[in-house]
Amino acid sequence: MAMQAREIEAMIREALPDARIEIRDLAGDGDHYSAIVVSESFRGLTRVKQHQIVYDALKGKMGGQLHALALQTSAP
Amino acid sequence: MSEAIHAFIDNEVKSNDVVLFMKGTPDFPMCGFSGQVVQILNYLGVPYKGVNVLESDDLRNGIKSYTNWPTIPQLYVKGEFVGGCDIVREMFQQGELLGHLKGAGVPVKTPA
Repeated sequence: MAMQAREIEAMIREALPDARIEIRDLAGDGDHYSAIVVSESFRGLTRVKQHQIVYDALKGKMGGQLHALALQTSAP
Repeated sequence: MSEAIHAFIDNEVKSNDVVLFMKGTPDFPMCGFSGQVVQILNYLGVPYKGVNVLESDDLRNGIKSYTNWPTIPQLYVKGEFVGGCDIVREMFQQGELLGHLKGAGVPVKTPA
């Protein structure tokens, strides 16, 4: 079961409206993506917390429907 | 369901300085993400224990709920969750991982 890049982006956007989000389909199979997410709300948080926020935004799809999302997060 | 497996994980995390929950073993990783973290730990000469989550579905699901983290691998240092593959790789590339391990009192091979 694959996910569309824009679907992933929309879910992240909903949780982090200010974010700059770049999603790339790494393998062209709708299953291996990389995402760069830059948001003010990450400031001062550890990387684990930052990734946690993105995973929460994806509401359990990560690790299930979405097999691989290489994630890079930072504050602007 | 998961109390027994959480107790098992808790014990692994607390009784080993560095533990990597991974797919496969350090000698034979079964997933590219687990393999990347193995390579980084080996490069740094860190003594660690690999726990193969593919050995049981209970463990595979249990580690996700224990950490509240959806993916594997998961690296623990001195009882504390450090991150998954992306975080470990980024920390390694920025030289932070070495400092984190040293700060935790874990012996590392300082790269020449």
